[in-house]
Amino acid sequence: MATKPKLHYPNGRGRMESVRWVLAAAGVEFDEEFLETKEQLQKLQDGNHLLFQQVPMVEIDGMKLVQTRSILHYIAEKHHLFGKDLKERTLIDMYVEGTLDLLELIIMHPFLKPDDQQKEVVNMAQKAIIRYFPVFEKVLREHGQRFLVGNQLSLADVILLQTILALEEKIPNILSAFPHLQEFTVKISNIPTIKKFLEPGSKKKPPPDDIYVRTVYNIFMP
Amino acid sequence: MAGKPKLHYFNGRGRMESIRWLLASAGVEFEEKFIDTPEDLDKLKNDGHLMFLQVPMVEIDGMKMVQTRAILNYIATKYNLYGKDIKERALIDMYTEGMADLNDMILMLPMCPPDQKEAKIAQIKEKTTNRYLPVFEKVLKSHGQDYLVGNRLSRADIQLVELLYYVEEVDPSLMANFPLLKALKTRVSNLPTVKKFLQPGSQRKPPISEESLEKAKKIFRIQ
Repeated sequence: MATKPKLHYPNGRGRMESVRWVLAAAGVEFDEEFLETKEQLQKLQDGNHLLFQQVPMVEIDGMKLVQTRSILHYIAEKHHLFGKDLKERTLIDMYVEGTLDLLELIIMHPFLKPDDQQKEVVNMAQKAIIRYFPVFEKVLREHGQRFLVGNQLSLADVILLQTILALEEKIPNILSAFPHLQEFTVKISNIPTIKKFLEPGSKKKPPPDDIYVRTVYNIFMP
Repeated sequence: MAGKPKLHYFNGRGRMESIRWLLASAGVEFEEKFIDTPEDLDKLKNDGHLMFLQVPMVEIDGMKMVQTRAILNYIATKYNLYGKDIKERALIDMYTEGMADLNDMILMLPMCPPDQKEAKIAQIKEKTTNRYLPVFEKVLKSHGQDYLVGNRLSRADIQLVELLYYVEEVDPSLMANFPLLKALKTRVSNLPTVKKFLQPGSQRKPPISEESLEKAKKIFRIQ
């Protein structure tokens, strides 16, 4: 019997959260081993479990997968979240890459100097409203379907929903000019596997707080 | 008949160079339309040709593709340089993502403030010799094959060899303890398509000059 994937990362969102989202959306149960100390990271590194000495790392199907995008691609392909052909896959790729650029700003935000954090929220909002959301609003408006690509759930929908919800935590009215994205948010959130992930008690992690930031510094700073 | 892919970027390496390497290695002829002024970039944006208002952009097979990784993924798949199954793809992905991390450090070096440059170069050298090159040397050693994945040429080999040329530009001595990587570099460089791309007069771009850097900063409205 196949064992569950096992995620190695600190107990917080960071770069692993997208992986948690996609596994959850695909209905795949997983285990987590939380990194709390430098010594634990050292142990993983010394044991040659981390190809480039870094996390995220996911033990899955006999592999120790590292590099966030590799992990996301593997899970997406395995669980039919990557489109039905090369053209759909390519659209999904472009959408995901753009969304990950925006998500990157959110991931890095807690680690900015406090003085820079407020300015960065403004930057995130501008990028979302001017560069990213209009693209997806247009895609949804033009084909009128529930999902971004190929009329079925894909990696692109999951990563976009993750990003929208994370942005809404900081900027509650961020979707005010995007009616199709508002509808998208509701519809994708209501997919049973995703709905379950959004309920309390799931493996979805809360917004990063001071404890998380301190833990990360303790583990990763030399 | 499909036209040649057309690359939209400034006349320099930047994020487009990996795409040039991959196309050239796959034996695909391509055209380039260089962005020379901020107005050129504005026009591309205003005409709606750039999905996220950014370059690289490659016109290929009826699409205006953006996002470097998406473009590389498409080319690699189309020209059978992406492994034979999901497991090979996972290995190729891991390797190329690691390479991209190191490549980004080297790529961003010209943008580094002068007072931080020395420290940045030291960091690049340290990561090269301690984190990245040992991994790929070990992969080659472990299976003794000519290529990183699946005993045949893939994007992983092409992207690694490209990176090794940049590593040499930073400091040739960095390659000293990696005999299998040196052999891979020679082997891949001697493939007819790659050999052609390495010759003068090809579309391969040189390291960025001070003048090109200033021009690029103007185009992208940096600083």
